[in-house]
Amino acid sequence: MDEVQQAIKQQVEAHPVILFMKGTPQFPQCGFSMRASQALAGCEVEYAYVNVLEDERIRQGIKEFGNWPTIPQLYVGGELVGGCDIILQMYESGELQTLCKSAMENAQNA
Amino acid sequence: MMEPEQVKRLIESGLDGSFAEVSGDGQHFQAVVVCPAFEGQPLLARHRLVNEAVREQMDSGALHALSLTRLLTPAEWDQQQG
Repeated sequence: MDEVQQAIKQQVEAHPVILFMKGTPQFPQCGFSMRASQALAGCEVEYAYVNVLEDERIRQGIKEFGNWPTIPQLYVGGELVGGCDIILQMYESGELQTLCKSAMENAQNA
Repeated sequence: MMEPEQVKRLIESGLDGSFAEVSGDGQHFQAVVVCPAFEGQPLLARHRLVNEAVREQMDSGALHALSLTRLLTPAEWDQQQG
């Protein structure tokens, strides 16, 4: 595993809920990243984020890491949950809130 | 730049026995896909199957943004029509 993949792995393992996005939750720079971060804000958990526009190596590397072609990408409990469509569908069904909250609890109890 | 009809054909030819409904403006597309191979697969795996069918066009940039709004098995689709 190269340096970039190692760095991503570390981030994903260090944060129970982490979103790789274009821009920041305050200033998203893509409509899909905006909708994903809004859904997460609605889950009322403290989530981490990485702005992939700040580092071209992460921007490309995350696609390889998740074997997922697009950004945003959400990782919960170290696992890829999915991109914007999956995040929104799970938010609407209430699954995302449950998943994020239990990941936060697991992290606190660990 | 692609037409919704081209995206539809791409998905349907990549996934045996599937049916796709695609709308879009040439840049952003939305698709509903019904496919027998989704049976028993979680959402993430269903997305991966469709991503695979359009990978070449995604990689080349010909296809920029494809939202997969519903990915259903034929049985789930029938239920929805209920």
